[in-house]
Amino acid sequence: MVPNRYRVKSNTQNTHDTFTLVLDPVEEPIAPFLPGQFNMLYLFGFGEIPLSISSTPSPNNELVHTIRVVGPVTQGMQKLNPGDEIGVRGPFGSVWPLSELKENILIITGGSGFVPLRPVLLTLAARKEEVKDVTLLYGARTPSDILYAQDIEEWEKSGIHVEISVDRPDETWKGNVGVITGLIHKCIGDPQNTRVYICGPEIMIKFALIEIMHSAIPENEIFLSMERNMKCATGFCGHCQYGPYFVCKDGPVFSFEKVKNWFNIKEL
Amino acid sequence: MKSIKTIADILNEHSFFEGLSQEEIQFIAGCGKNVMFHEGQVIAEPGDPADLFYLIREGKVALSIAVPPREPFLFQTFGQKDLVGLSWLIPPYLWTVKVHAVSLTRAIAFDGACIRKKCDEDTNLGYKLLQHIIKILVLREEASRLHLLDVYGEHQ
Repeated sequence: MVPNRYRVKSNTQNTHDTFTLVLDPVEEPIAPFLPGQFNMLYLFGFGEIPLSISSTPSPNNELVHTIRVVGPVTQGMQKLNPGDEIGVRGPFGSVWPLSELKENILIITGGSGFVPLRPVLLTLAARKEEVKDVTLLYGARTPSDILYAQDIEEWEKSGIHVEISVDRPDETWKGNVGVITGLIHKCIGDPQNTRVYICGPEIMIKFALIEIMHSAIPENEIFLSMERNMKCATGFCGHCQYGPYFVCKDGPVFSFEKVKNWFNIKEL
Repeated sequence: MKSIKTIADILNEHSFFEGLSQEEIQFIAGCGKNVMFHEGQVIAEPGDPADLFYLIREGKVALSIAVPPREPFLFQTFGQKDLVGLSWLIPPYLWTVKVHAVSLTRAIAFDGACIRKKCDEDTNLGYKLLQHIIKILVLREEASRLHLLDVYGEHQ
């Protein structure tokens, strides 16, 4: 598959190690995407990596990717300037279920796992009348690692309940301290009418699931986004095999019911 | 007109006291009193007698440990409906951490020694309370493990 050419519209530093690229198509845009999907971004001369889309679809085919610097490709992307070009293949993968919403929505995220859930929150903020309660539990390492602070402010204004917890506070921090999973039990009031969306480090997901399992939320109402080493993004290369699934094609969004048997298998 | 909740009403609604008889609730409520802490107020220091434990009704408290010569390490906050303080359960009944109010905090302070004495006399109540306390301990142990893993660090 040949990547489509996109031009960097802006490159904004979010935190010390995370930045956001806004991309415009140079010629033909990629096919329309939905929340939860990812693109393969190709930095010419460096390599291609999978990245979650952090926006909702826009009429001008703009793409937004928030990226954490973790290696040479992302380091190169961090240096991109407006006008520079990048290759995009996509969109790939499964989507967050956003139809037939439950009354209560619980979103649990941590670190850069927030990125694929931003489109969910943008969608829910716009469709607030369809749900009773939306709660966002977001864990970050330090206050200066918190992503999308401006969005969070807007979501709170729209009635979304937000709890942020940091592992290491600074002297100015007045919010929660401790792991985000410690707040889960307080946020599940009516388990049978609750849907959960989770994305974050896999170990955080595991501990979050332990907490959720103390309640009676049905397994088919718990959705999580998995991360694996994705290369081709079309289910051919096998790099992202996860039990009987390929994360790139059958995921990254799975219902817990679907992957629960594979969750605690070592090195899978 | 808004009715004022008694301590027993609050205990009846809290999962920690689930399964307790009304008589037991009334007894524990009798060991409790409403307290308020202003922002920054120190609630307990390491080495203080752990006579009391708290059920937070509103606000937030922080637990920290002094690690000289470094700044004190704030490792956990607790908010509404959280139970703060477990040192009243085991000898030498002394606080091991500093607890201070992060914001204006209203809580119910329970006389730990009084409840402990009652639990010694009434092992049925003691067993029920310990079951709830163990649940809290397990959750906090899981949280501590996850905290230790520094899951959002650069190795993510």
